[in-house]
Amino acid sequence: MADYSSLDIRQRSASTETPPEIRRQVEVAKLIDVSKCIGCKACQSACEEWNDLRDDVGVNTGTYQNPHDLTPKTWTLMRFTEYDNPQTNNLEWLIRKDGCMHCTEPGCLKACPAPGAIVQYSNGIVDFIEENCIGCGYCVKGCPFNIPRISQTDHKAYKCTLCSDRVAVGQAPACAKACPTGSIMFGTKQAMIEQAHERVDDLKSRGFAHAGLYDPAGVGGTHVMYVLHHNDQPSLYSGLPNDPKISPLVAFWKGGAKVFGLAAMGFAAVAGFFHYVTAGPNEVVPEEEEEAVELDQAKRREGGRETGHEAGGTEARPH
Amino acid sequence: MTIHTDIRDGETRPLHQARHEVPEILYVPRYTGLQRVNHWITAILFTLLTLSGLAMFSPYLFSLTGLFGGGQAARAIHPWFGVALVVSFALLFVRFWRLNIPNKDDVEWSMKIGDVVTNREDRLPELGKYNAGQKMVFWGQTVLIAVMFVTGIVIWNTYFGGYTSIETQRWALLGHSLAAVIAIAIIVVHIYAGIWVRGTGRAMVRGTVTGGWAYRHHRKWFRQLAGTKMRRGSVDKRGS
Repeated sequence: MADYSSLDIRQRSASTETPPEIRRQVEVAKLIDVSKCIGCKACQSACEEWNDLRDDVGVNTGTYQNPHDLTPKTWTLMRFTEYDNPQTNNLEWLIRKDGCMHCTEPGCLKACPAPGAIVQYSNGIVDFIEENCIGCGYCVKGCPFNIPRISQTDHKAYKCTLCSDRVAVGQAPACAKACPTGSIMFGTKQAMIEQAHERVDDLKSRGFAHAGLYDPAGVGGTHVMYVLHHNDQPSLYSGLPNDPKISPLVAFWKGGAKVFGLAAMGFAAVAGFFHYVTAGPNEVVPEEEEEAVELDQAKRREGGRETGHEAGGTEARPH
Repeated sequence: MTIHTDIRDGETRPLHQARHEVPEILYVPRYTGLQRVNHWITAILFTLLTLSGLAMFSPYLFSLTGLFGGGQAARAIHPWFGVALVVSFALLFVRFWRLNIPNKDDVEWSMKIGDVVTNREDRLPELGKYNAGQKMVFWGQTVLIAVMFVTGIVIWNTYFGGYTSIETQRWALLGHSLAAVIAIAIIVVHIYAGIWVRGTGRAMVRGTVTGGWAYRHHRKWFRQLAGTKMRRGSVDKRGS
């Protein structure tokens, strides 16, 4: 979304300017209680509705998951997993609403080379400003959750905005508004954490000993959090990363490699300059021109004696 | 004899005649016109790639995208410059790879790198058409351009975004940027060498070097060419 006029920006991609800091907006968060989700996809519909997106009609491959993956026009997606719990011999239907996690330390923003194409508001929402997006796809590599998608229509990156336009005017995100079971909640991050703890205690009392809150520290916490019945194995939920963090490859590329690169190029130029002012130019002296002429003439005389020898008569060409 | 005249003072007068006969020197052909065109097309593409690539490498240099009509345009055109460079460089490679095969003179030259950088050519072995430094530029660029081509394809999101895993693309992105900065650093040295070693530039601009230049820097190569038809000319043009 590009309308962020009423929200302060905390971080801006590829920019060094100091963001406005005289006020702090309260951090917000969305809490998705997986244990209360019935997989109705009302959130998916509400997302399409509010953001005016209509994804192309796909094909059914035998699961409830539809479409199969996030796309530039599908910013949130119910992922369905059938889990055969070996401890209870129960078949568990683990349904996770996938979408941007709105990391406190966003890998997409770190990777983005275009100034202002990705911003983080001071309330914690990470937003793509498509008009500044150049379509390089670096955010795709930077994201630890595999969320951003590049449109083949306009070559720009899209993902969940956490309905930043709604939040800016005091509304909850469309998905939270539409959820019929209250599985998707929205409020301040603090309130959502407290709410999550209540839910976790409840789940534990019902026999889910490893129930917990998914707010991964590896990315500094997130502004979309899950209550999971199996918080010891987040990857059960369609590959939710157990310990997400910005890939060390991306961190090095945006950190050490950049310093090394600029230093190597700068050093080569500076070293050349100082070599020139100390060692000086490497110049041919007139004596060497004379030597060359003599050597050539000697060769020519030699060639002249051996008449008919091809060395004397060939057209000189570079070789 | 031509009488040169000057009319700047409002009166036409003949210039002084040179007192001494200008000695003639040799002009040794080093590159054909096609080779020069091939080289300069590659050089221009490399420059365009450097400018558009650095723009995406560091936020401090993002303003370079303005040279290409903005961020999206720079992102879109950069890979096409790359494809063109690969074709152009491949032709250079075919032309010159044989002459860049290392030999034992290169070992000796490399051991005496101290004499090289202090302009003590007299202590160096006689060399063929290229010295070890030039060969390192050649093979360095060959390897790095190959790396950048392969990794560049992997991260060319518009056409190849879906063919590899994100983890592969992360490796490619890192490899592409590291190869690029090393290649740029090598080119900086390459350009500097052309400034430092006087009389080199004309090889790639006019196709010839002076006999003295060939005798001083690449005597083995010069010995091969000596006795063939080489153009002679007055000495006052040797610097150009």
